[in-house]
Amino acid sequence: MFVRPKEGILDPQGDAVQHSLEKLGFGVVRVRVGRVIDLEVDAADAADVRAQVERMCSELLANPLIESVEIHLGES
Amino acid sequence: MSRPVVAVVVFPGSNDDHDAAWALRAVGAEPVLVWHEETALPSSVGAVVLPGGFSYGDYLRTGAIASLAPAMGAVRAFAAAGGPVLGICNGFQILCESRLLPGALLPNRQLEFVCRDTGVRVENSDTLFTRRCWAGQELVLPIKHGEGAWFADEGTFFRLSARGQIVLRYTEDVNGSLGRVAGVTNEVGNVMGLMPHPEHALDPLLGSADGGLLLAALADAAAEHTLAVASATAAPERRGGASPPRARASP
Repeated sequence: MFVRPKEGILDPQGDAVQHSLEKLGFGVVRVRVGRVIDLEVDAADAADVRAQVERMCSELLANPLIESVEIHLGES
Repeated sequence: MSRPVVAVVVFPGSNDDHDAAWALRAVGAEPVLVWHEETALPSSVGAVVLPGGFSYGDYLRTGAIASLAPAMGAVRAFAAAGGPVLGICNGFQILCESRLLPGALLPNRQLEFVCRDTGVRVENSDTLFTRRCWAGQELVLPIKHGEGAWFADEGTFFRLSARGQIVLRYTEDVNGSLGRVAGVTNEVGNVMGLMPHPEHALDPLLGSADGGLLLAALADAAAEHTLAVASATAAPERRGGASPPRARASP
Protein backbone atom coordinates (compact mmCIF):
# COMPACT_ATOMS: atom_id res chain seq x y z
CA MET A 1 0.00 0.00 0.00
CA PHE A 2 1.02 3.61 -0.65
CA VAL A 3 0.49 6.26 2.01
CA ARG A 4 0.84 9.84 0.82
CA PRO A 5 0.30 13.27 2.31
CA LYS A 6 -3.19 14.31 1.15
CA GLU A 7 -3.61 16.98 -1.50
CA GLY A 8 -3.35 20.39 0.12
CA ILE A 9 -1.36 19.09 3.09
CA LEU A 10 1.99 20.70 3.62
CA ASP A 11 4.79 18.29 2.65
CA PRO A 12 8.04 20.00 3.65
CA GLN A 13 9.96 16.79 2.99
CA GLY A 14 8.72 16.78 -0.61
CA ASP A 15 9.63 20.46 -0.95
CA ALA A 16 13.17 19.82 0.33
CA VAL A 17 13.64 16.94 -2.11
CA GLN A 18 12.31 19.10 -4.96
CA HIS A 19 14.82 21.87 -4.15
CA SER A 20 17.68 19.35 -4.13
CA LEU A 21 16.61 17.90 -7.49
CA GLU A 22 16.51 21.44 -8.90
CA LYS A 23 20.08 22.00 -7.68
CA LEU A 24 21.10 18.85 -9.55
CA GLY A 25 19.69 20.44 -12.69
CA PHE A 26 16.47 18.43 -13.01
CA GLY A 27 13.33 20.25 -14.06
CA VAL A 28 11.17 18.84 -11.30
CA VAL A 29 8.42 21.25 -10.26
CA ARG A 30 6.73 19.22 -7.54
CA VAL A 31 7.63 16.33 -5.25
CA ARG A 32 5.45 14.58 -2.70
CA VAL A 33 7.08 12.04 -0.41
CA GLY A 34 5.03 9.24 1.11
CA ARG A 35 5.74 5.70 2.19
CA VAL A 36 5.22 2.20 0.91
CA ILE A 37 4.07 -0.50 3.32
CA ASP A 38 4.37 -4.11 2.14
CA LEU A 39 2.09 -6.52 3.94
CA GLU A 40 1.74 -10.27 3.71
CA VAL A 41 -1.73 -11.11 4.94
CA ASP A 42 -3.18 -14.47 5.83
CA ALA A 43 -6.70 -14.33 4.41
CA ALA A 44 -9.35 -16.37 2.58
CA ASP A 45 -9.59 -14.24 -0.57
CA ALA A 46 -8.81 -10.83 -2.05
CA ALA A 47 -11.93 -9.20 -0.64
CA ASP A 48 -10.96 -10.38 2.84
CA VAL A 49 -7.43 -9.01 2.41
CA ARG A 50 -8.77 -5.65 1.30
CA ALA A 51 -11.21 -5.49 4.21
CA GLN A 52 -8.44 -6.31 6.67
CA VAL A 53 -6.02 -3.78 5.20
CA GLU A 54 -8.68 -1.07 5.26
CA ARG A 55 -9.21 -1.76 8.96
CA MET A 56 -5.45 -1.64 9.55
CA CYS A 57 -5.40 1.76 7.87
CA SER A 58 -8.12 3.23 10.00
CA GLU A 59 -6.71 1.79 13.23
CA LEU A 60 -2.99 2.45 12.73
CA LEU A 61 -1.32 2.60 9.33
CA ALA A 62 -2.66 5.95 8.11
CA ASN A 63 -4.19 9.10 9.55
CA PRO A 64 -7.17 9.93 7.27
CA LEU A 65 -7.00 13.58 8.32
CA ILE A 66 -3.63 14.11 6.63
CA GLU A 67 -2.88 11.02 4.51
CA SER A 68 -4.40 9.27 1.51
CA VAL A 69 -4.03 5.56 0.93
CA GLU A 70 -3.84 3.36 -2.14
CA ILE A 71 -4.09 -0.42 -1.73
CA HIS A 72 -2.69 -2.77 -4.40
CA LEU A 73 -3.29 -6.50 -4.07
CA GLY A 74 -1.03 -9.18 -5.53
CA GLU A 75 -0.41 -12.91 -5.09
CA SER A 76 2.45 -13.97 -2.84
CA MET B 1 -4.28 18.52 52.74
CA SER B 2 -2.13 15.92 50.98
CA ARG B 3 -0.63 16.58 47.60
CA PRO B 4 -2.82 15.74 44.58
CA VAL B 5 -1.45 12.75 42.68
CA VAL B 6 -0.60 13.26 39.00
CA ALA B 7 0.36 10.27 36.84
CA VAL B 8 3.12 10.75 34.26
CA VAL B 9 2.89 8.01 31.64
CA VAL B 10 6.29 6.73 30.52
CA PHE B 11 6.57 5.33 26.98
CA PRO B 12 9.71 3.82 25.45
CA GLY B 13 11.37 6.96 24.10
CA SER B 14 9.79 9.45 26.51
CA ASN B 15 12.52 11.82 27.66
CA ASP B 16 10.72 14.61 29.51
CA ASP B 17 9.00 12.28 31.97
CA HIS B 18 11.38 13.05 34.83
CA ASP B 19 11.34 16.79 34.07
CA ALA B 20 7.54 16.68 34.17
CA ALA B 21 7.63 14.79 37.48
CA TRP B 22 10.13 17.27 38.93
CA ALA B 23 8.04 20.24 37.80
CA LEU B 24 4.80 18.75 39.14
CA ARG B 25 6.42 18.24 42.53
CA ALA B 26 7.66 21.85 42.43
CA VAL B 27 4.08 23.14 41.97
CA GLY B 28 2.73 21.05 44.86
CA ALA B 29 1.60 17.83 43.19
CA GLU B 30 2.74 14.28 43.91
CA PRO B 31 3.94 12.77 40.61
CA VAL B 32 3.80 9.04 39.99
CA LEU B 33 5.45 7.49 36.94
CA VAL B 34 3.24 4.93 35.15
CA TRP B 35 4.86 2.52 32.68
CA HIS B 36 3.09 2.27 29.30
CA GLU B 37 2.40 -1.45 29.76
CA GLU B 38 0.22 -0.81 32.81
CA THR B 39 -3.47 -1.36 32.07
CA ALA B 40 -4.72 0.75 34.97
CA LEU B 41 -3.80 4.01 36.68
CA PRO B 42 -3.28 4.05 40.46
CA SER B 43 -6.67 4.75 42.05
CA SER B 44 -5.37 7.88 43.79
CA VAL B 45 -4.57 9.64 40.49
CA GLY B 46 -6.30 13.00 40.03
CA ALA B 47 -4.73 14.02 36.70
CA VAL B 48 -2.55 12.56 33.94
CA VAL B 49 0.40 14.02 32.04
CA LEU B 50 1.64 12.52 28.77
CA PRO B 51 5.20 13.82 28.61
CA GLY B 52 7.43 14.88 25.74
CA GLY B 53 9.89 12.67 23.94
CA PHE B 54 10.06 10.37 20.95
CA SER B 55 7.80 7.48 21.90
CA TYR B 56 8.50 4.35 19.85
CA GLY B 57 11.14 6.28 17.90
CA ASP B 58 8.42 8.35 16.21
CA TYR B 59 7.93 5.37 13.88
CA LEU B 60 5.05 5.52 11.37
CA ARG B 61 3.72 8.89 12.61
CA THR B 62 4.61 10.73 15.82
CA GLY B 63 2.41 9.41 18.62
CA ALA B 64 0.67 6.79 16.44
CA ILE B 65 2.08 3.67 18.08
CA ALA B 66 1.97 5.11 21.60
CA SER B 67 -1.75 5.82 21.14
CA LEU B 68 -2.29 2.03 21.18
CA ALA B 69 -0.25 1.35 24.35
CA PRO B 70 -2.12 -0.45 27.16
CA ALA B 71 -1.78 2.58 29.46
CA MET B 72 -3.65 4.67 26.87
CA GLY B 73 -6.73 2.50 27.42
CA ALA B 74 -6.63 3.57 31.06
CA VAL B 75 -6.06 7.21 30.06
CA ARG B 76 -9.08 7.10 27.71
CA ALA B 77 -11.27 5.75 30.52
CA PHE B 78 -9.90 8.38 32.92
CA ALA B 79 -10.61 11.16 30.40
CA ALA B 80 -14.10 9.80 29.66
CA ALA B 81 -14.85 10.01 33.39
CA GLY B 82 -13.89 13.70 33.38
CA GLY B 83 -10.31 13.32 34.62
CA PRO B 84 -7.94 16.11 33.56
CA VAL B 85 -5.31 15.03 31.00
CA LEU B 86 -2.45 17.19 29.73
CA GLY B 87 -0.28 16.17 26.76
CA ILE B 88 2.99 18.02 26.29
CA CYS B 89 4.75 17.93 22.89
CA ASN B 90 4.90 14.20 22.06
CA GLY B 91 2.03 13.85 24.55
CA PHE B 92 0.00 16.27 22.39
CA GLN B 93 0.84 14.18 19.32
CA ILE B 94 -0.28 11.03 21.15
CA LEU B 95 -3.59 12.65 22.18
CA CYS B 96 -4.29 13.69 18.56
CA GLU B 97 -3.46 10.20 17.29
CA SER B 98 -5.72 8.77 20.03
CA ARG B 99 -8.48 11.09 18.77
CA LEU B 100 -8.85 12.45 22.27
CA LEU B 101 -7.95 15.82 20.73
CA PRO B 102 -8.84 17.24 17.32
CA GLY B 103 -6.30 17.72 14.53
CA ALA B 104 -2.88 16.28 13.75
CA LEU B 105 0.73 17.39 14.11
CA LEU B 106 2.66 17.66 10.81
CA PRO B 107 6.39 18.14 10.22
CA ASN B 108 7.47 21.75 10.78
CA ARG B 109 7.14 23.76 7.58
CA GLN B 110 10.84 24.72 7.68
CA LEU B 111 11.67 21.00 7.97
CA GLU B 112 14.03 21.80 10.80
CA PHE B 113 13.87 20.86 14.43
CA VAL B 114 13.01 24.06 16.29
CA CYS B 115 14.45 24.54 19.80
CA ARG B 116 14.06 27.90 21.51
CA ASP B 117 11.89 30.07 23.73
CA THR B 118 8.79 31.53 22.11
CA GLY B 119 5.86 33.76 23.00
CA VAL B 120 2.57 31.95 23.61
CA ARG B 121 -0.67 33.90 23.96
CA VAL B 122 -3.46 32.63 26.23
CA GLU B 123 -6.59 32.84 24.04
CA ASN B 124 -8.93 31.29 26.58
CA SER B 125 -8.30 31.61 30.32
CA ASP B 126 -11.53 29.83 31.21
CA THR B 127 -10.15 26.28 31.09
CA LEU B 128 -8.90 23.86 33.75
CA PHE B 129 -5.36 24.41 32.48
CA THR B 130 -5.19 28.18 31.92
CA ARG B 131 -7.32 29.59 34.74
CA ARG B 132 -4.24 30.90 36.55
CA CYS B 133 -3.58 33.07 33.48
CA TRP B 134 -5.57 35.99 32.10
CA ALA B 135 -6.99 36.10 28.59
CA GLY B 136 -4.45 37.74 26.31
CA GLN B 137 -1.54 37.02 28.64
CA GLU B 138 1.69 36.28 26.79
CA LEU B 139 3.71 33.47 28.29
CA VAL B 140 7.32 32.67 27.46
CA LEU B 141 7.72 28.93 26.97
CA PRO B 142 10.37 26.78 25.27
CA ILE B 143 9.54 24.68 22.22
CA LYS B 144 11.63 21.78 20.89
CA HIS B 145 10.04 19.71 18.18
CA GLY B 146 10.30 18.56 14.58
CA GLU B 147 6.60 17.78 14.08
CA GLY B 148 4.72 20.66 15.66
CA ALA B 149 2.65 22.13 12.85
CA TRP B 150 -0.90 21.55 14.07
CA PHE B 151 -3.42 20.97 11.30
CA ALA B 152 -7.17 20.48 11.07
CA ASP B 153 -9.67 20.89 8.24
CA GLU B 154 -11.27 24.29 7.89
CA GLY B 155 -14.60 23.31 9.44
CA THR B 156 -12.91 21.86 12.51
CA PHE B 157 -10.66 24.90 12.85
CA PHE B 158 -13.57 27.36 12.84
CA ARG B 159 -15.63 25.19 15.17
CA LEU B 160 -12.76 25.00 17.66
CA SER B 161 -12.15 28.74 17.42
CA ALA B 162 -15.82 29.50 18.06
CA ARG B 163 -15.92 27.21 21.09
CA GLY B 164 -12.75 28.57 22.66
CA GLN B 165 -10.95 25.24 22.25
CA ILE B 166 -7.93 26.97 20.71
CA VAL B 167 -6.42 27.85 24.04
CA LEU B 168 -2.86 28.83 23.15
CA ARG B 169 -1.38 30.47 20.05
CA TYR B 170 2.21 31.35 19.24
CA THR B 171 2.82 35.08 19.01
CA GLU B 172 4.85 34.41 15.84
CA ASP B 173 4.85 31.70 13.18
CA VAL B 174 7.37 29.17 14.51
CA ASN B 175 6.55 26.00 12.57
CA GLY B 176 3.72 26.53 10.07
CA SER B 177 1.02 25.59 12.58
CA LEU B 178 -2.48 26.43 11.28
CA GLY B 179 -3.64 29.70 12.86
CA ARG B 180 -0.37 29.67 14.91
CA VAL B 181 -2.10 27.13 17.19
CA ALA B 182 0.11 26.01 20.09
CA GLY B 183 -2.47 24.23 22.25
CA VAL B 184 -6.06 22.95 22.06
CA THR B 185 -8.60 21.29 24.35
CA ASN B 186 -11.27 18.71 23.68
CA GLU B 187 -14.91 19.78 23.56
CA VAL B 188 -15.61 18.98 27.21
CA GLY B 189 -12.47 20.85 28.26
CA ASN B 190 -10.78 18.22 30.44
CA VAL B 191 -8.12 17.18 27.89
CA MET B 192 -5.51 19.60 26.60
CA GLY B 193 -2.42 19.26 24.44
CA LEU B 194 0.30 21.79 23.73
CA MET B 195 3.62 21.73 21.89
CA PRO B 196 5.50 24.16 24.21
CA HIS B 197 7.05 22.75 27.39
CA PRO B 198 5.69 24.23 30.64
CA GLU B 199 7.81 21.76 32.63
CA HIS B 200 10.97 23.45 31.29
CA ALA B 201 9.78 26.91 32.33
CA LEU B 202 9.64 26.88 36.10
CA ASP B 203 12.60 28.99 37.12
CA PRO B 204 13.19 32.61 36.06
CA LEU B 205 16.95 31.90 36.18
CA LEU B 206 16.41 29.59 33.20
CA GLY B 207 14.47 32.18 31.21
CA SER B 208 10.86 31.92 32.37
CA ALA B 209 8.66 30.65 35.18
CA ASP B 210 5.46 30.88 33.13
CA GLY B 211 5.11 27.10 32.80
CA GLY B 212 4.28 27.02 36.50
CA LEU B 213 0.97 28.80 35.77
CA LEU B 214 -0.22 25.89 33.62
CA LEU B 215 1.14 23.10 35.81
CA ALA B 216 -0.16 24.62 39.05
CA ALA B 217 -3.60 24.85 37.41
CA LEU B 218 -3.27 21.16 36.53
CA ALA B 219 -2.40 20.37 40.16
CA ASP B 220 -5.55 22.30 41.22
CA ALA B 221 -7.59 20.31 38.71
CA ALA B 222 -6.11 17.05 40.05
CA ALA B 223 -7.10 17.99 43.60
CA GLU B 224 -10.63 18.88 42.47
CA HIS B 225 -11.05 15.69 40.46
CA THR B 226 -9.84 13.59 43.40
CA LEU B 227 -12.36 15.32 45.68
CA ALA B 228 -15.19 14.96 43.15
CA VAL B 229 -14.52 11.24 42.75
CA ALA B 230 -14.29 10.76 46.53
CA SER B 231 -17.56 12.59 47.18
CA ALA B 232 -19.33 10.75 44.34
CA THR B 233 -18.18 7.47 45.91
CA ALA B 234 -19.15 8.53 49.43
CA ALA B 235 -22.60 9.84 48.45
CA PRO B 236 -23.78 8.00 45.36
CA GLU B 237 -27.34 9.36 45.77
CA ARG B 238 -25.98 12.87 45.19
CA ARG B 239 -24.39 11.99 41.87
CA GLY B 240 -25.02 14.48 39.15
CA GLY B 241 -24.27 17.45 41.38
CA ALA B 242 -20.94 16.23 42.64
CA SER B 243 -19.78 13.82 39.96
CA PRO B 244 -17.17 14.96 37.45
CA PRO B 245 -18.37 16.07 34.03
CA ARG B 246 -18.77 13.18 31.62
CA ALA B 247 -17.05 13.32 28.29
CA ARG B 248 -18.57 11.94 25.14
CA ALA B 249 -17.30 8.52 24.18
CA SER B 250 -14.47 8.83 21.67
CA PRO B 251 -15.36 7.75 18.12
